[in-house]
Amino acid sequence: MSEEGIIKKLMYVNRKAPYGTIYALESLEVVLIGAAFDQQVSLAFVDDGVYQLTRSQNTDGIGMKNFSPTYAALGDYDVRHIYVERESLEARGLTVEDLMPLTYEDEDDDWAEKESLRIVDSSELATLMGEQDVVLSF
Amino acid sequence: MPLEVNGKSYETDEEGYLANINEWEPGLADAMAEADGTSLGDNHWEVINFLREYYEEYQIAPAVRVLTKAIGKKLGKDKGNSKYLYELFPYGPAKQACKYAGLPKPTGCV
Repeated sequence: MSEEGIIKKLMYVNRKAPYGTIYALESLEVVLIGAAFDQQVSLAFVDDGVYQLTRSQNTDGIGMKNFSPTYAALGDYDVRHIYVERESLEARGLTVEDLMPLTYEDEDDDWAEKESLRIVDSSELATLMGEQDVVLSF
Repeated sequence: MPLEVNGKSYETDEEGYLANINEWEPGLADAMAEADGTSLGDNHWEVINFLREYYEEYQIAPAVRVLTKAIGKKLGKDKGNSKYLYELFPYGPAKQACKYAGLPKPTGCV
């Protein structure tokens, strides 16, 4: 499926709450599809986008599929860098405890489970964005 | 085209994937396989059951690369390779096995 080629650094930036618009689900699907192309992928969650990663989502009342369990599959798709902006969390009264744990298994380290999720402040996130070849905003 | 199994009718999409995942039962997988001119053995069921468990946990059908890696981890390296999986499911392990498992077509499956 993948060919030898230039590996680019791609960051998907997620800014919106999960169910009010289609952006969150579309972004997640693009990430999963794009994962077939062996690029160096990271995800960033800022503004209301941080709500996408909150625990115990329940969509019964709005008749939509709860797609939040799918974020836990990102590790299987070799997405190992998930950044959440500290200021966005704090502005919403959230902490890392309110977010789902996200991990990947390191095949080269006897399948050891490692953290994918990292809380970063906005200046660090700006630096990370500056290092990307492509930034896709959803 | 609806699929008739044991006197019950099941809605499917134009590619033969089950419309409602909750209606799935093992007999459907056998009927779909029969329609494709094949029959399911234990090795097929290992993969089908794995896919259903994966969907239950993550709400997606895994891409074939992910499936291959995960099968290798769970069932051993001799099964976690494309050759083995394509022998079981010649129309593509993710696509064909997902259909039998009653799951939607895998995201990103082209």
